Amino acid sequence: MREVNTNKIKVDGLSLATGRAKFTADEEFRGMLYVKFLKSPLAHALIEDIDDTKALALKGVKIVLHHKNTARIPHTTAGQGYPEPSPYDTYMFDSKVRYAGDYVALVAAESEETALKALKLINVKYKELPAVLDPRKASVPGAPVIHDESYASGIYDASKNIPGFVEVKVGDTEKALKDSDVKAELEIETHYSQHAPIEPHVCITYLDEKGRLVIRTSTQVPFHVRRICARVLEIPEKNIRVIKPRIGGGFGTKQEVYLEYFAGKVTLLTGLPAKVELTREEEFTSRTRHPMIVKVRAGADKKGKINAIDMEVISNTGAYGSHALTVMFNSGSKCLPLYKTDNVRFKGTTVYTNLPVAGAYRGYGATQGYACLEQVMDMLAEKCGIDPVEFRRINHIKKGETSPIFAALGEGKEGVAQYIQSSTLAEAIDWGLKEIGWEDRQPPAGKKGRFRKGKGMAIFMQGSGIPLVDMASASIKMNEDGSFNLNIGATDLGTGSDTVLAQIAAETLRVPTENIIVYSSDTDMTPFDVGAYASSTTYISGGAVIDAAEKVLDQIKAVAARMLKTDKENILCENAFCTNKANNEKRSYSEVGLYSLYMDDQFQIASFGSHISPVSPPPFMATFAEIEVDTWTGKIKVLKYICGVDCGTPINPVLAEGQVEGAAVNGLSYALVESYIFNEKGKMQNGTFQDFKIYGIKDVPPMKVKLFKSDEPTGPYGAKSVSEIGINGPMPVIANALYNAIGKRTEKFPLNPENVLRMLGEL
Amino acid sequence: MKIKIVINNEFKEFNVPCDTKLIDLLRDAGYKSVKRGCSTGDCGACAVILDGKLVNSCILYAAQTDGHALITLEGLGDINSPHILSKTFAAAGAVQCGFCTPGMILASYALLINNKKPSKEEIAEALSGNLCRCTGYEKIEQAVLKAAEEMRKGE
Repeated sequence: MREVNTNKIKVDGLSLATGRAKFTADEEFRGMLYVKFLKSPLAHALIEDIDDTKALALKGVKIVLHHKNTARIPHTTAGQGYPEPSPYDTYMFDSKVRYAGDYVALVAAESEETALKALKLINVKYKELPAVLDPRKASVPGAPVIHDESYASGIYDASKNIPGFVEVKVGDTEKALKDSDVKAELEIETHYSQHAPIEPHVCITYLDEKGRLVIRTSTQVPFHVRRICARVLEIPEKNIRVIKPRIGGGFGTKQEVYLEYFAGKVTLLTGLPAKVELTREEEFTSRTRHPMIVKVRAGADKKGKINAIDMEVISNTGAYGSHALTVMFNSGSKCLPLYKTDNVRFKGTTVYTNLPVAGAYRGYGATQGYACLEQVMDMLAEKCGIDPVEFRRINHIKKGETSPIFAALGEGKEGVAQYIQSSTLAEAIDWGLKEIGWEDRQPPAGKKGRFRKGKGMAIFMQGSGIPLVDMASASIKMNEDGSFNLNIGATDLGTGSDTVLAQIAAETLRVPTENIIVYSSDTDMTPFDVGAYASSTTYISGGAVIDAAEKVLDQIKAVAARMLKTDKENILCENAFCTNKANNEKRSYSEVGLYSLYMDDQFQIASFGSHISPVSPPPFMATFAEIEVDTWTGKIKVLKYICGVDCGTPINPVLAEGQVEGAAVNGLSYALVESYIFNEKGKMQNGTFQDFKIYGIKDVPPMKVKLFKSDEPTGPYGAKSVSEIGINGPMPVIANALYNAIGKRTEKFPLNPENVLRMLGEL
Repeated sequence: MKIKIVINNEFKEFNVPCDTKLIDLLRDAGYKSVKRGCSTGDCGACAVILDGKLVNSCILYAAQTDGHALITLEGLGDINSPHILSKTFAAAGAVQCGFCTPGMILASYALLINNKKPSKEEIAEALSGNLCRCTGYEKIEQAVLKAAEEMRKGE
């Protein structure tokens, strides 16, 4: 029997595919209020006065909330473990607005129409302040200070608009660069984007029969929702229950806790259910990807051995510092260990601007870092006269090796030293070469004419959870028919983690996955889990499931031994049966379950398990692309896109492939077409799917994804993570292919026609 | 105003304000497979089949469907007797979060009732109004090809 490393159909697959699965908004609550927000039209302003009299007088309006009638509790909306490494610079409402779209007030009314009508009746007197719209100018002397309030905390240097800063040095980068035979340098800018889950953020709150606040929400982090809402609403955690139903995609944006407490406040004040559901336009200015300026300088000797890498990052977190420090850290910590060198420096500065708030987004800083690093590796290879693939083979980290960066850079603090214990990156590279036809690659010099083709490649790593920080737990109990309830705090946001964790439980308990009943993400009913982020669920929560299942299996063996009048060491469990190895006598799991509950010395066969990891083994990926550039229009057509991925031993290969395919297409869309258009006042202008293009089925290029199995000794059944790494590929790979086509380096993303024509000197 | 619609082969009567959107009528009547993704007709999460053609219910008034026949995903089957498309979507890994899935399956259904052996290009054309952010579309395409094959076998 083998329950892992097989393509089990998702445990919620059919309920989703028949439209019966319940998402947050699919339950109805009698008397529910609709919550709508009044948003700031200005990027930076003081609210001198706010008058809600007329809005309150409108029939059907129950409540209007704003900074004058709510407590100003400093918090972060970043759904991270406690204590969060993000500054406490956010308030339910404040007397200052810091970006166009910032929340000024809310109306809760009996209908959506009434709430929208009431918003127009709120009079706000603003005093406009000069705004910071350019991250390069955020810290210059005299720049407007965005967080000048005295009640914020955890900001690195508020007077310079810097919520987070780090500089780490290993060896002597400057000297090593000076001594290098070849040097390369590139500065790039990455752009704003949004996760665009097809289900916008939604949450519904209500009071249960005991007066406790129930928060039903589309979240990746139910336990952080409970903790942060308890803080902001000034009620104890015991009075809050958070339930995550099915959710319609997250990609990081639902790792934010910034709507639940508004609905919760309305429910606490009125006693009525309340719903907040963002419109698509609101979704675009909810949370975004940190745009970054990344500069990499690197040097190598003539033989292609890297001597030094220096990376500097300016990360734009927008108006609030959600994930401000850690996304920036990740640009270094998830990129730099990929290459072996004794001399590394990373300097990161996160800045506030009066632009939409950034947050967690699949890739989490690594995506931005690789967009520069992997171009610079190509530049060094070219200067050494070595093929880019060979250059990477010489320098990439291999099994048994380590990088000083692992210990130097962690999650907003120092990291954890670790050695690579599994890697099939070399095989993935070899396969990708053949798939793309690398040997036919021609240098850019000879390419002429309107349509020019190019081939590019790059390699990547990510992590598997946050070492010594992320904790997950699981509980398992046995029923009298030999089935098991698996209760997990882990959060399936579409990734299939309910299924993967059921497979891990089944494998450990020696039963078919169909015998596992999964219930997840309910703070009253399931044990703690940090939630779905940092590529942690399979690896960390999987470890917790194994821990719980092994304890339960031990209890099953003890009961079976009593039934079979032998010692539990003699019991072998396989295929839902316990066998006495001495005489081959058997008892089925259902007999064991029934016996334990009804027959003799009765007790509930059940256990909890928890898991943290001292390491975060990286998955690896080699990506190749062939493109064709139309030099007249600047349009890039991707002819072929190839991903070879080492995610350890995949628990469910089809679901793992789906993570890579989905991330790759999301990344291609980001690299080539997605773009925020701001007016001169910092207001986003294209907040619909008509004006903000994301990839549809016809945009997807011919694509091949292949998993290269390795065996990670620290992972559950050899598994590592897979959910984020794929999104790192498109920016540098297309940029390297573009260089191969036209001989120009990409300094500004996205690679849309406008920016490509600019590179060609046509604009 | 009073309107009469056949929904999933059942005759239904509604009394709704004339500016009621079809998505709101359907969701309020319990057809929760109809999902709200954009409200501008761009994402296809609210797609339903109107007289055999795929339409976005967020940009139609309920009144426009008076006297017509609609199919929502509830009409194609349930968890005990799922439609072939539901089965192939689940088996192929074409369902991740599942929020776009009702619209995707209905778009596929609208294609397959008229085209028993669609090419990959025809599938892409038929599904081009439905956005998915999870799967990268590869496994959705595989699921539709597989369903077409199974449906041909079943005839």
